Amino acid sequence: MSLRKSHELHQRRFSRNLGVGLTLAAFIVIIFGLTIVKVTGTDFNMAIQEGQN
Amino acid sequence: MSDASFDASTVTAQPRADEASFGDYFALLKPRVMSLVVFTALVGLIAAPVPVHPFVGFCAILFIAIGGGASGALNMWWDADIDRVMKRTKGRPIPSGKVEAGEALALGLALSGLSVIMLGLATNWFAGAFLAFTIFFYVVVYTMWLKRSTPQNIVIGGAAGAFPPVIGWVAATGSMTLEPWLMFALTFMWTPPHFWALALFMRSDYDDAGVPMLTVTHGRRTTRWHILVYTALLALLAVGTAFSDIGGPIYLVVALVLNALFLRGAWVISRRTEDDAEMDNFKVERSFFKLSLLYLFLHFGAILAEALLKPYGLGGWS
Repeated sequence: MSLRKSHELHQRRFSRNLGVGLTLAAFIVIIFGLTIVKVTGTDFNMAIQEGQN
Repeated sequence: MSDASFDASTVTAQPRADEASFGDYFALLKPRVMSLVVFTALVGLIAAPVPVHPFVGFCAILFIAIGGGASGALNMWWDADIDRVMKRTKGRPIPSGKVEAGEALALGLALSGLSVIMLGLATNWFAGAFLAFTIFFYVVVYTMWLKRSTPQNIVIGGAAGAFPPVIGWVAATGSMTLEPWLMFALTFMWTPPHFWALALFMRSDYDDAGVPMLTVTHGRRTTRWHILVYTALLALLAVGTAFSDIGGPIYLVVALVLNALFLRGAWVISRRTEDDAEMDNFKVERSFFKLSLLYLFLHFGAILAEALLKPYGLGGWS
């Protein structure tokens, strides 16, 4: 199946689909950023130390 | 794999001239209310005595805003019938036919769950639980229960809009003290005069929709007196907050000036008759409503200024 525009529905809903796509992309960036902050932060180190104890 | 293939050209979708765009779904989140939520939650977060990583702080505010937006969507789903009647709300996505009520419900529920879980993960579960309670309070206690059953709807329902600075504070500290509740009380006491002034000059709206606003159930004269009483109590609270840990000289000056203006406005409103108001097309009530917007913004702005100046030894009383 080819990914081609075969219906006017695609044009009509372009702005909506673009908005959803950008929102999902932003959500991924946020999850990634939060992960980096949490992993490099002190909370995570304390949890590892507690686990070792 | 022809069975799984899909030829979109065979779909007979009915073109709709008023088809919802992304912006219509965004409008379900009540962006203007969300801007107040963002600002007050940000002040709560920054005024808290515990520093927060900037990115975590950004995420906290974002998820509080999404939670606020989700409750706005659920409010629009439930209130679609009265939104169709009121001039002020006729153009909202559901009454205008752009978005189905069920879509608003789905969006509201999904974003509620997402915002609570993400705030809990980003900061702490106390903040997440508080956000969940706020959504519940606004949607179930205010929208479904109080709004159509009591003229005190605005008073008690105003609590929902007052929670964001408390959530911001809890997101930073993970605990509760007096100061976030002072910020809560400021918004809580501000809400009734703000909305009653609106009800005075948007008068036919609430009558037509059958919402028991004070103007409808107890009359306009009583509403004018209620505005004065609540404004007097608000002024005491707002000026008193200057002497707490979130206050300081900047806040005190701002509070004294704004509360003098606000009290003056409320006094004039209480003295006016309906004939006076009709004569100048509710000029005083309209300007009081505009001042109320500035009032809340500048009070929270002053708390923010005090908090931002503290590291330089300028903010607060010390």
